[in-house]
Order: sequence, then C-alpha cells, then structure tokens
Amino acid sequence: MTLLDGYSQHTGADVIRHLRQLAEPLQGLKVVHVNSTRVGGGVAEILQKLVPLTRELGVDASWEVISGGEEFFVCTKHMHNALQGNRVDIPQVLLDAYEDTNARNAEQLRPLLEEADVVFIHDPQPAPLLALCPARRGKWIWRCHIDASHPHRPVWKYLRRHLTGYDASIFSLPDFAQPLPHPEYIIPPSIDPLSEKNTELEADEVDAVRERFGLDPERPLVLQVSRFDRFKDPLGVIRAHQLAKRFLPALQLVLAGGGASDDPEGALMVQEVQNEAAADDSVHVLLLPPDAHRTINALQRAADVVVQKSTREGFGLTVTEAMWKGKAVIGGDTGGIRLQVINFHTGFLVNTPEGAALRIRYLLHQREQLAEMGRKAREFVRENFLLTRQLREYLTLMLALRNSGADRIELG
Amino acid sequence: MMTDMRNQNTSPPVSDAERLFVVRDCALIAIATGRRALTLTELRDSLERVSADSIYFHFWGGLLQPRFEEREYNNDFAAWARHGLHDGILAERMAMLDPTQFEDIEELRQALLEVIDTRLDESEYLPWLRATQRFEFIRSQIVVFDTSRRLRQPAELAPLIGECSTSSVFYHFIDARRRQPDHRDDFQAWLAGFDGEYREQCDQLAGVDPYFGSLSELRQRLADIFQGISTGATA
Repeated sequence: MTLLDGYSQHTGADVIRHLRQLAEPLQGLKVVHVNSTRVGGGVAEILQKLVPLTRELGVDASWEVISGGEEFFVCTKHMHNALQGNRVDIPQVLLDAYEDTNARNAEQLRPLLEEADVVFIHDPQPAPLLALCPARRGKWIWRCHIDASHPHRPVWKYLRRHLTGYDASIFSLPDFAQPLPHPEYIIPPSIDPLSEKNTELEADEVDAVRERFGLDPERPLVLQVSRFDRFKDPLGVIRAHQLAKRFLPALQLVLAGGGASDDPEGALMVQEVQNEAAADDSVHVLLLPPDAHRTINALQRAADVVVQKSTREGFGLTVTEAMWKGKAVIGGDTGGIRLQVINFHTGFLVNTPEGAALRIRYLLHQREQLAEMGRKAREFVRENFLLTRQLREYLTLMLALRNSGADRIELG
Repeated sequence: MMTDMRNQNTSPPVSDAERLFVVRDCALIAIATGRRALTLTELRDSLERVSADSIYFHFWGGLLQPRFEEREYNNDFAAWARHGLHDGILAERMAMLDPTQFEDIEELRQALLEVIDTRLDESEYLPWLRATQRFEFIRSQIVVFDTSRRLRQPAELAPLIGECSTSSVFYHFIDARRRQPDHRDDFQAWLAGFDGEYREQCDQLAGVDPYFGSLSELRQRLADIFQGISTGATA
C-alpha cells in the first residue's frame, strides 16, 4: 500500500485523485524544502510526511536541514520569541553567528538550491540562504509557521531584509502576515491522521492510559493539552472545573503538557498550577515528555470534553487533534481557534472561566448534543485540516507561481 | 485582475461540434491583501479600493476555504457585519446581495457600497463603532485544469458526479455562474443543448441554492438530480 492509499482511507479517493491531477503539470519538478531540524517540532513532523507524499505524486521533492552551533540556535530561538511579540533584543554577536552559519550551509547547499525549480525555506533559521544563492533559477518561498502578528519591531526589521527578495511567503492565518513586497499566501496548518498523535487506538490502550494516571472511567473527564504557559490559561481551566464541579461532583480534570526545564517562566507556571491543583484530587496535572504522542492521543480519546481555553493562540493544533477524535471543544475566543470551533456545531467559544464552566455543564448534560458536535467536528477536520489539504495548497501555489501569478490560471 | 463575472475566461465546458461535456477541476488558494477593517468606515474605504478578485473571494471563493458546512450568511461581509460589528440590519441587507444578479463585480461593489452608505446614514454611532473582530480582505488565485474526462450523454452525469472532487463541483456549479452568459451552471448549459429533453432536470438544477450547504452536500444533491436522467425518475 502506498502512502497515498493510506490517506485515501481517511480523505476519500476523490481527494487523492484531485491531488494526482493537480500534480500532473509539476511532474519531475525539483522542489527543495529547507529547515533547521530533522526531528522534533511541528515543521519536521509535517515535512516527514509531506515530502514523501509529494514524491509519490511524481514531483522530485527533497528535504535539506541546515546545521549550526549553539550561538546560532540561541539567536534563532530569540528570533522566534521576538516574532511572537516578546521584546527580545538580539546581540550583534548572535546575529553574526546567524549569518555565518547560513553562509557555511550555503557552501554545501548552493548547487542543489540554485538548480531547484521551487525552494521552500521554513521559518527564520535558513532565511538568509536566498541572498547566498545568486544564480538561483527557481521560485523561492518563505514559509512562516510562527504567529508574527505583533513582532518585536527591531527584530522584524532585521529579518525583513532577508525576506524581501523572496517570490512569495506563506502565513498560517491572515492575521499573522506582516507586509512584504510579494504575494503572501495563507495556508493554515494541518494534522497528520496517520501519525502517532492521531492514529486510531485500541480501547485497551486508552484504558491503560486511564489506569496509569488514576482516572476513573465511570466519571466524566475534561482535558486540556498544552504547554504550561500563561496564554493557555491553565489556572482559568482549573477555575472553570471548580465552578462546573458544583453541578457535576464526579467531574475529573486533566491538564497535560510538556515539562518546562529550559523555560523559567514555564517552570513558574507549572508550580502555580500544581499549587492550585494540590487541594483538589479531581485535578490531575501531567508533565509529559515531548515524545508522549500516543499518551496524548489516548487522553484525548478518553476525554468527554476537550478544553483549549487560551487567551492568545496561534492556530491551535491541539484543537484540531481533539476534533479529529470526535470531541466537541470549548475554546478561547481567539486566533485560529475561531476558525475551528463553531458555537453549537463543533463546540463553544468562551472568554472566561465562567463561560467555560457553563459550557462544560451544558455538554455533559446534553450527551446527544455532545456526540453530534463531536461527529461534526471530525468531519470539519476531515474536509479542512488534514495534511492532504495542505499538500493541495502547496501544489496550487507552485502552479500559480510558475504560471505568472495571475488570479485565474487555466491549464491544459 | 478579474473585473467581469461573465466575460472572463473562458473556454466553454461544452464542445459545440460534438456536444461533449469537458470535465474540469480547480484549486483555489488564498492571498492576504494586507487590507483590514475594524470599523464600517474602514470596511467601506477598503471595499472601494480592493481588487475585484477579493470581492469575488468573499462571495464565492470562500466555499472552497475552511469554513463550517452550515453558513449563516452567503458572504463574508454580511457575516462580519453580524459577528464583528453586531449590526443585524446591515448583515441582513448584505446577505441579500446575490452576485449573479449583477453584470460584473464592479456593479456588485457599487451595490455593497450603497448598502453600507445607507446604513452609515441611518446610524449615528456605526461610523465610530469598533468591531470585536477585524475583517481581513483576502484575494485568491484559482488554477483550473482539464481532467481529461469527456461526457457524451447526460446519462453519464450520474456516475461522474459520484467520483467528482468537491472542487470540480465548485467549478462547474458555482464558478460557472460568472462564466456563463446567463449565470447558469455548466450542467444546465449543457443539458439545455438537448432540445428541451432535460428541461425538468434543468429546473431542478436552477432550484439548488449552493450557498448554505457544504460542497459534499451539493454533490449529493446533484447526484440525486442526475440519477433521474439515468432512470427517468424525478429527484
């Protein structure tokens, strides 16, 4: 069975047929993706599947990873934070390391990149490569996976000069786009239905995870999966749980997320959450390793209601993941959550712990509604947020860029 | 930049010589315009200047973009008036604008501006009211391609439609309305060439409102109608 066959089982054969036809004019095209890590993080996760899928469609896609030292990664971590709005100023010595690292990588990658028909540069790490490949003949696209809606201006000003030469850029939401002198495409992220995080699980495996964390299968379970970060409002979720528990005494809450050893602010947040949860044995705070994908998968399947009560959010892929598992989601009325959670259809948007509590009570009392919303949520993700949709949009973008960029392009 | 819904493009899906139906498909991709509005006055100003393909996108193109299957309003401007500005009157008036009733996008733009101006005149506070959500003007590029499939007889429509992608349904049933001289869909245009034999199915097609369901639901509705051609039954 090919990879595409595997996806066909989730998307339907018509979607795969559509991809094949869309890829027809792109046969043999040399496409290179460049990022800065082969494993870990959302970008690598997507590329691990996107590249082989593109190859199956007859496009000569490859994936290159730039390497760098500690100073380089400190610099790009600062850039990432600054693009997200943190007021981080980057010392010149780190910017020098950033540029030197790109120059060194360019020496190795230049022949491949200059020959390529289309180059996708992911995030700020490899952005300077464009200027380091003066004999390039293809179209170069900068793919920004970060919420850059309110960047720290000095850092954006620096980065912008590496970006203006690109033929196009891609942002996940219109809100995230910053003015650049080329077309800025909007391609929301997606989830991979075949990944460990989203694949179907046997009931035994879900039961085992429940047992491991002392969760009672007979009692309703509310779950939030996210980093322990103020913008994810874990304290607000605990408050919502306490308010709802007055009406639903059997309610259990799980807050599951990564540890925060390298993030002093995150560690502080974990401490606050643990203090708040200490007095209530129905609240379970789970610090999970970054590769606990199957555990997260099982928790999402075990939950009756999933909450993502963010006060600020990029796209909110944890919402997408929960919806794919047929769960209604109570989400903060912000960012990409608004694109996914539709009141009374796929869940509820809320602004306060009180609002979240009210919707938890509603959903747990209206079990038929809960099931119906879960069904709609899964279908909504199937149609809009699976990897095949993202692949379709990459193919469309390549066709558009190679055909003059007119608003209407007729092929064949 | 597209300016005319009817005269743009395009090679007809029907080859007159052989009366073949040429099955096409499309893919659409969204592009940020950088224009945003937080007040009705800002929306009006941008609407006056934004490219015609952006207006097209906010009426039609959105059907191919992530959105929930049950649309409350038939265009994004009306939805924003309701959920961003919380002005039900404006939303209802905007929702009644049917793009197929206008000669071209410029006419539609003028009609939208007129609705907004009227509402601004009626209300003292609306010119200053800040919306709770920004309106983001998006434009789109659409890539149209030939699937190599050709139909000779209307009875072939039923098996075709079951296998069609939803974007192909979009192209032939929705996008067609700005290509066909009388704003019909491609299927009606083709069936009309069979000397009235399929008038009943044409009437049924004319009665399908494509705005408020998902494209998958639309495909099912069309399949029901085309089934009638194969069996002679009414959908």
